[in-house]
Amino acid sequence: LANDRLSGNGVALRGPYISMITNHTTNLLIRGGMLFVVGVFLALVLNLLQVQRNVTLFPPDVISSVFSSAWWVPPCCGTASALIGLLYPCIDRHLGEPHKLKREWSSVMRCVAVFVGINHASAKVDFANNVQLSLTLAALSVGLWWTFDRSRSGFGMGVAVALLATLATQLLVYNGVFQYTSPDFLYIRSWLPCIFFAGVITMGNIGRQLALYECKFVQEKIHQD
Amino acid sequence: MTVRERLRQNISAAFYRHGLLCASYPVPIILFTSASILTCCYPLLKLPLPGTGPVEFTTGVRDYSVPSHGTQGDLGERPDWYRGPPVAYIQQVLVKAAVSPWDSSLVPVDVFRSPLGRVFSLLEEIRDHVYTDRSLESLCLQVTDLLPGLRRMQSLLPEHGCLLVSPGNYWQNRRDMFDSDPDILKTVHQHEPKGLHTSATLKDLLFGVPGKSTGVSLYSKKRVVTYTITIALSSYDARFVASLRARLKQLHPSTNCSLREDHMVHVHFKEEIGIAELIPLVTTYIILFAYIYFSTRKIDMVKSKWGLALAAVVTVLSSLLMSVGLCSLFGLTPTLNGGEIFPYLVVVIGLENVLVLTKSVVSTPVDLEVKLRIAQGLSSESWSIMKNMATELVIILIGYFTLVPAIQEFCLFAVVGLVSDFFLQMFFFTTVLSIDIRRMELADLNRRLPAEAGMPPPKPGPLRPREAPPPSRPSPHTITLQAPAFRNLRLPKRLRVVYFLARTRLAQRIIMVGTVIWIGILVYTDPAGLRTYLAAQVSEQSPLGEAGLPPHLGVAPVFPGGDPTSTLNVLPAPEPTPLPENQSQGHGEARSGPAPLTSPQITWGSEDEEVWRRLSFRYWPSLFSYYNITLAKRYISILPVIPVTLHLSPQEAIETRHPQDTQHAPRTSAKTTELQADLTLYKVAALGLFAGVLLVLLLFCLYRVLCPRNYGQNGVQHGRRRRGDLPCDEYGYSPPVSEISPLLLRGHSMDIECLANDGMLLASCCLAGQIRVWDAQTGDCLTVIPNNGYELGFGDYSLLGPEARNASTPIMDNEHPLRRRTTPVRPALFGDQPDLTPLIDTNFGEVPPSQMMPGCGFDFGELVERAYKEHEASPPLPFPPSPPAARQRRRSLGDQSVAPPEQVLLAPWDWDSSVWSMELRGNLIAAGRSSGKLELWDAVEGSLRCCNEDGSSGITALAFLNNRIVAARLNGSLDFFTVDIHKPLGLLQYRGPPGRASLPPSPCYSSEDVISCQLTRSVQCAHQKPITVLRAAAGRVVTGSQDHTVRVYRLEDSCCLFTLQGHAGGITAIYIDQTMVLASGGQDGAICLWDVLTGSRVSHVYGHRGDVTSLVCTTSCVLSSGLDDLICIWDRSTGIKLYSIQQEVGCGASLGVISESLLVTGGQGCVSFWDLNYGDLLQTVYLGQSGEGQPVRQLLVLDNAAIVCDFGSELSLVYVPSVLEKLD
Repeated sequence: LANDRLSGNGVALRGPYISMITNHTTNLLIRGGMLFVVGVFLALVLNLLQVQRNVTLFPPDVISSVFSSAWWVPPCCGTASALIGLLYPCIDRHLGEPHKLKREWSSVMRCVAVFVGINHASAKVDFANNVQLSLTLAALSVGLWWTFDRSRSGFGMGVAVALLATLATQLLVYNGVFQYTSPDFLYIRSWLPCIFFAGVITMGNIGRQLALYECKFVQEKIHQD
Repeated sequence: MTVRERLRQNISAAFYRHGLLCASYPVPIILFTSASILTCCYPLLKLPLPGTGPVEFTTGVRDYSVPSHGTQGDLGERPDWYRGPPVAYIQQVLVKAAVSPWDSSLVPVDVFRSPLGRVFSLLEEIRDHVYTDRSLESLCLQVTDLLPGLRRMQSLLPEHGCLLVSPGNYWQNRRDMFDSDPDILKTVHQHEPKGLHTSATLKDLLFGVPGKSTGVSLYSKKRVVTYTITIALSSYDARFVASLRARLKQLHPSTNCSLREDHMVHVHFKEEIGIAELIPLVTTYIILFAYIYFSTRKIDMVKSKWGLALAAVVTVLSSLLMSVGLCSLFGLTPTLNGGEIFPYLVVVIGLENVLVLTKSVVSTPVDLEVKLRIAQGLSSESWSIMKNMATELVIILIGYFTLVPAIQEFCLFAVVGLVSDFFLQMFFFTTVLSIDIRRMELADLNRRLPAEAGMPPPKPGPLRPREAPPPSRPSPHTITLQAPAFRNLRLPKRLRVVYFLARTRLAQRIIMVGTVIWIGILVYTDPAGLRTYLAAQVSEQSPLGEAGLPPHLGVAPVFPGGDPTSTLNVLPAPEPTPLPENQSQGHGEARSGPAPLTSPQITWGSEDEEVWRRLSFRYWPSLFSYYNITLAKRYISILPVIPVTLHLSPQEAIETRHPQDTQHAPRTSAKTTELQADLTLYKVAALGLFAGVLLVLLLFCLYRVLCPRNYGQNGVQHGRRRRGDLPCDEYGYSPPVSEISPLLLRGHSMDIECLANDGMLLASCCLAGQIRVWDAQTGDCLTVIPNNGYELGFGDYSLLGPEARNASTPIMDNEHPLRRRTTPVRPALFGDQPDLTPLIDTNFGEVPPSQMMPGCGFDFGELVERAYKEHEASPPLPFPPSPPAARQRRRSLGDQSVAPPEQVLLAPWDWDSSVWSMELRGNLIAAGRSSGKLELWDAVEGSLRCCNEDGSSGITALAFLNNRIVAARLNGSLDFFTVDIHKPLGLLQYRGPPGRASLPPSPCYSSEDVISCQLTRSVQCAHQKPITVLRAAAGRVVTGSQDHTVRVYRLEDSCCLFTLQGHAGGITAIYIDQTMVLASGGQDGAICLWDVLTGSRVSHVYGHRGDVTSLVCTTSCVLSSGLDDLICIWDRSTGIKLYSIQQEVGCGASLGVISESLLVTGGQGCVSFWDLNYGDLLQTVYLGQSGEGQPVRQLLVLDNAAIVCDFGSELSLVYVPSVLEKLD
């Protein structure tokens, strides 16, 4: 199963209300919650993308089986995405190099779309071999980073998380907690890190954009004072 | 670097030229772009339409051979999916069975029980059919388990064997189970899904024909049962199939059957999109829409956001279409799923460039020409656009070298899409943007022109070629109308819609036409309508008709009547007595209608050739999917159907009956009909209720949308806001506040009586007779002309005083008989006055009278207030005796109105006479005095230039136009004076401070000139009664009088052109302007609009309770104010009242229009600005420091968009901020 994270458009609708929140921790909680929801949603959707497509008419219980196969995967993805999304603005603040590139929701949406596209490609495009798949996905992921992020911290964090997550997944698989549906083990291993990397970049983008509202609010408050 | 710089400059210059080109020829460029888009999209017509419906291909049966796998289609018509063997060959046996001849002893169940029973023998026949060594078992498609989720169908669908489907599956293909089934219908219907179902149901699957045409029902009229036996064959053996066909035909010959048997249909099914695949797809589309939304939301500062957003989306979409079209033109057929990759293509191409372009164009200086703005915006962003495009192309090229076919194709589309997108951005979007910017500039110009015209310092901005010089205004009392190009009816949109509907009576006509059509259709098609009625009439009369109406015969024996009472009392119940079982058949027959003996006819038509076509197109996929066989991207071959006709004898039908059939049938039928009728009734009722509720909601919403304000009530109850709280409209939007500080002009010692201005100067006259001249720009007091009596000295008092008193008292008596009511008050007031005169004489200038003599008569404002309050306590009087308040109020712009009585009160102790009217033109002040004297003063030097004492009656109103002065006197006569300057015209100076050359120059009279004022003509009896209003504009002089008439004179020759009659009371207000709009208002509260050229009345409305105190017209509306303190706004063309504004008590008459959309009214110590189009309060400006102020009674709009209002003894000069103009 593919486990990744992605963003929905619920973020956009709730955005303006954040500025009403005065408390820092409440703000943090709300942001975390939204990121969590987005992560869960994306995990579910991208799981569906990976479903074998040669079954055309799904019997009634196929959907439920997809959802119930590993119930803990979406929450895990949600938690991870919340963590990453909150961590990115923190790192920015600590490093003292605020993210400047294209701080707009439209850019974030574009990033999310490209992320889904990468998933889509990995799920549906037939590649000749795994090396080709890995290389293509890696190029796409790096392209995503360069187009929407371009920050050193983002890249570093993406690589680190991707490695850690792949390692964790492998450990889980070795211990038999979790299984891939596809018999081709190498196939999964070849695209998993790239997907993780792209997901980290995407969630970081969303998190930064969400944090922007808080910054705006703080500035306004200072201005009012 | 130098190369780069040079490249950059070149690109920038190219973009600049391109922008100029686009903005210069917008229409040809848009046409060219549209043409190129259409050309590039033309190859798309050849592409198959996307869809999931099955595709068919027909071949002949005779020379059929299984298509080979590998060979490319050399036959042109052969579709590319027609390769390899099909999933299955479908052989259907279509059975039509009927009990024939139909016997009267049969029950409805017999229609289908025995015909269905024959299916088992047929099945047996088919199963056992053997041709040479082949049986069905060896040829048919062997199926295994059903899918795990379909356990409940396990008993109904075949498992582990041939896929052979027939209605017999309901009874597990066992005859004994069928025979013992008491209720066939129940068995068939128990598996039907409840509710809406789009795909094939089990009944469809097993019967193989649509549910309605099976004939398995109790009410079937044809009494023919149709069903199919469907056999799926895994391999095609022509001889076996032919022998089966021959065998079945031989057993059950179909006599009149002529079905074609030589065609085999191959059906190819596309991939079906399941929910699991739909969810990611929907998600990507949601993300796409969110992206488009967030992108287009950034478009700002343009005329039409929606228009530009649409243009942006159109740009991207058509570039995609172009790319697909171009690619297919060059032989590249798209193999990717278009719906899936489309969002990604949009995202890759992106809307960014469009937004960047818009932003950069919008941020260019507003003052430039549109062309230059577009060109500058383009060239400033050219480098980044080119850079971005190059980057994207490089990225996509990298993608192209991944050598994955799908990605390569995607990249190819993206590259072509990017290039065509760039083309469209440069040509299409830029042009649309230039059009939009031009529209915005026009709108800006239209809006800003009146307000900016008089903003005190002209902005030091660069060039302003757009700004036209402000239009000239000939007299202070006219509102200059905008040029016709800018004259658009600024009504609210909803009102425009409503007016349009009302004018054309659209709704009524549509409803009428619809009703007529509906009735026509009803009459024409209703089976119970006219036609059948006529037919019944004819058949009654003819002898044949009786024979043709068997129901009468059938009913008659059941009620062997003749007893009228019983037929009246007892309703003709269908079953009067419970009948024994064996008789119920006869009853059933009697019920079975007018044609009981018609035998069912089995007919074969062309529609029977391909029965499966009438089923859902998911029929085959769902049948196969039960066995986990997908038909996606595969095909099945359907062999020609084998027709089987079964005729059963009535005996056979009766023999196969189940004992319960005869019991159940009638009962069920009655119940179901009842149930159905009930259900229909409920459905109709529910639908009607729903529609009614919806209609009510719709009307309510319409009402709320169209009439958000309470028009029915008397005015908008906008409370005047206290100081400090912002005005905000009902949506919570409060306009930006700009602090307007009024300029206070102090100097008068008493209340201001007359005001006059000519754009540059402002003259005011107070009750004390002092005239002051102010600079309207700065508010400086230029000249003070004291009361001439004061100047002359005390000596004249004894002589002039009594005269004046004598002169004024009779005037009072014969002037307004209606005003005599208050004369008793006068002596009381006089009583304590005379001994105060010395005080007045000495201290007039320095000490405010209110301080010196508190409570004494000199504070006229207080006097007026007191009298007014008394009036307020008393109920309003009916009209003809005008209410006393009419006397107490001063008219707005009072310099031309009748002198209010308090001035007459003043007369006895005035030295000479008071100024009743005043006019200012050039630098000459014309003052009309109560003594009948007309004086011309120099406004700058304060010297008396000329004086004319031809008349003796007080001048109530003055008009000063060009070099003529018209004076209306109290006795109803009208004097025309000519001002002559004894100096050659060439020496006339044009005055005006430097820097204000844009203002219209007004002629001025230098101090050296000798000015004489001669009476050229005097119309002695212009009116029977005193003239109350005098206005002059456009070469016409209009007078209104107490005698209910309005007269129009020509200014040049003093000739009376028209006498306009139409008011039922004295005329109190008149408006005329340069465009010859004439409006008059009277004491009867009526407002008349006249055509000055013909003297006819254009419209006549009643709007006020009490006098109309002032009138102003704009291009679209008429504004009137009345004694009821209401300001009404009327539509000028239709005479419909748009809305009204409730004024504060005593301020009703103060009203002025600054521009087409800005209304200013006076209030208690403040002036308020209103949006004229919507009636919204924009801002309230407080004049004084204290919250409690005196009411603003007069209000004068100056040329420079400033307003002057009297404020007790002070004048207030308020400059209107331009912010207010931008709000609409």
